[in-house]
Amino acid sequence: MEQYLSLGVKAVFIENMALAFFLGMCPFLNCSKKVETAIGLGLAVIFVQSMTVPMNNLIYTYLLKEGALTWLPVVGPQMAELDLSFLGFLSYIGTIAAMVQLVEMTLDRYVPKLYSALGIFLPLITVNCAILGGSLFMVERNYAFGESVVFGVSSGLGWAIAVVALAAIREKMRYSNVPAGLRGLGIAFVVTGLMAIGFMAFSGIQL
Amino acid sequence: MARREKQVLLDPLFNDNPIGLKVLGICSALAVTTKMETAVTMSIALTFVTAFSNLSISLIRNKIPTNIRIIVQMTIIASLVIITDQILRAFVPNISRQLSVFVGLIITNCIVLGRAEAFAMQNPPWISFVDGIGNGLGYSLVLLLNGFLRELLGAGQLFGHQVLPLAKDGGWYVPNGMMLLSPAAFFIIGLLIWALRTWKTDQVETE
Amino acid sequence: MRHSALYTILFAACVCLVCSILVCTAAVTLAGRQEENALLYKHKNVLLAAGLIEPRQTVSLEEVEQQFEVMHPCVVDLATGAVLAEVDAEAFNPEAEPHVAAPENNAQIHTVPTRALVYELVRDGKTEMLILPVYGKGLWSTIKGFLALDAADFTIQGITFYEHAETPGLGGEIDNPAWQALWKDREAFDDDMNPIIEVVKGQASNDHEVDGLSGATLTSRGVSNLVRYWLGGNGFGPFLKEFKKGGTS
Repeated sequence: MEQYLSLGVKAVFIENMALAFFLGMCPFLNCSKKVETAIGLGLAVIFVQSMTVPMNNLIYTYLLKEGALTWLPVVGPQMAELDLSFLGFLSYIGTIAAMVQLVEMTLDRYVPKLYSALGIFLPLITVNCAILGGSLFMVERNYAFGESVVFGVSSGLGWAIAVVALAAIREKMRYSNVPAGLRGLGIAFVVTGLMAIGFMAFSGIQL
Repeated sequence: MARREKQVLLDPLFNDNPIGLKVLGICSALAVTTKMETAVTMSIALTFVTAFSNLSISLIRNKIPTNIRIIVQMTIIASLVIITDQILRAFVPNISRQLSVFVGLIITNCIVLGRAEAFAMQNPPWISFVDGIGNGLGYSLVLLLNGFLRELLGAGQLFGHQVLPLAKDGGWYVPNGMMLLSPAAFFIIGLLIWALRTWKTDQVETE
Repeated sequence: MRHSALYTILFAACVCLVCSILVCTAAVTLAGRQEENALLYKHKNVLLAAGLIEPRQTVSLEEVEQQFEVMHPCVVDLATGAVLAEVDAEAFNPEAEPHVAAPENNAQIHTVPTRALVYELVRDGKTEMLILPVYGKGLWSTIKGFLALDAADFTIQGITFYEHAETPGLGGEIDNPAWQALWKDREAFDDDMNPIIEVVKGQASNDHEVDGLSGATLTSRGVSNLVRYWLGGNGFGPFLKEFKKGGTS
């Protein structure tokens, strides 16, 4: 239990997907103009991440890694040396694309306002490097299924917290006198850099 | 036709830069620009993948069923990236080792999918190929500028050669360590955008 | 553009087939070259750790193999520290060794092999150095490398890393020869053969410390922890104690 808690806290604060690893930057900078949109995107990312990381864990364990296919009834034992991990990228992206399609259809049906507010960035969750990055980390660190679930939820949560925080700051900045050339995108970059430095304060914590 | 090609090729450099205006492809711009060597390899890899994915998708654009559009594009892009990764590992293993996970993350680089969706699906193969190269060049420009400033100011080196003699080796330059941390890339890109928008005032965002 | 369901399925199948063929062709045709590169690279790193070739020196496959003649591989049982002379060390493939769960450690090593391939640098019939394979978790990835110890007093003679995916320019600087050179002649053990070598934040203040990498605290800490693990009782500690007692050649 303690191990899951520590993994969770690490993924949210110390190894924050957006601010420590700089993954998922495109939607991070584009959808953070209003807090409402940011919250919506954050929730969608948490959902997709929580579903895809465990699913990809199962795919890796039972299909791709060396000797994974030994559970097959007839040809199983001959597959002991087969290593299909180079197909990893394709499989994980496939799972992610399918999940995002599902989220899109659900939102379109039940929360159309959010669907139109997110626009092109909803299908772009598929290419959100934070989502693919989460699966790649899970493979690299050899997480078990339970750990994958915790990691999926908390890394999504960390990303969501970061994007909502940036949206809040940008909303406040509408009352500031930002120079014309920096307005919008430029100042968002600078603020994100400062937030990243702020989150570096967590990097010394050992759990 | 040559006039159109020139426009498609050169627009993404300043008028319509993928990173500076369209906000695509940011993640790798932050992570791999601490050295010129990695920035150059990443630029070449991305330009190659974008150009050829644009070409392939444009060739079959009239045949792709709409409901599996995104997945088909992603499959083509992922395959191209895997092939690029294999080539890099076989012929330039040193650099490939340094780039490590970031070559895989080209799959999620929003520029590639963004151009496939926005341009290759509606245009003939040759011009799509040129567009891929053009956007690759725009991306490369930002990456190389970033890499140049960060390696020079962060370590006093360019391509691994000591250009500014370090104080601790008897020279005069005390390296700015912050330049090697990722927040510095945010600041540099923010300032680059400011400079770009001061020159091309039509890109300034309205209040 | 509406297409029938059958068309959609056939189209998808075709795309999958074409892409798979292209990807697998690339992987298979380039595999031989990649493996050659990998082996050459590994042997080169063993030589680098021992200081037999200079960093950034371009060496061909033949030169590496020739220099490698002085390296005698031996298979070691980690738990007892005994050299398993009956196992053919030349044919031994460390990558194929089965792993067991690792004991509690702070290098985030989950599994370890029971046997490892150690290299002895033998010249004029005398073992001059021991080169040990080490690995552990950095910031992003598992860092794998070689640690060279002087066979007489067990001081560190060199360290190299042949595989990692740390941030280029930051944690990736563990590949920087200038940093690796800081490890030479460092004290690895105290008088009771406990590992005391440590990578510290900032500058080292005595012989068993090594300067940390600025901007790469977690990678530096990872390296420190993995080196201490493999020098300790769960790693090559028993082997080194046995070696000191009996001396193998």
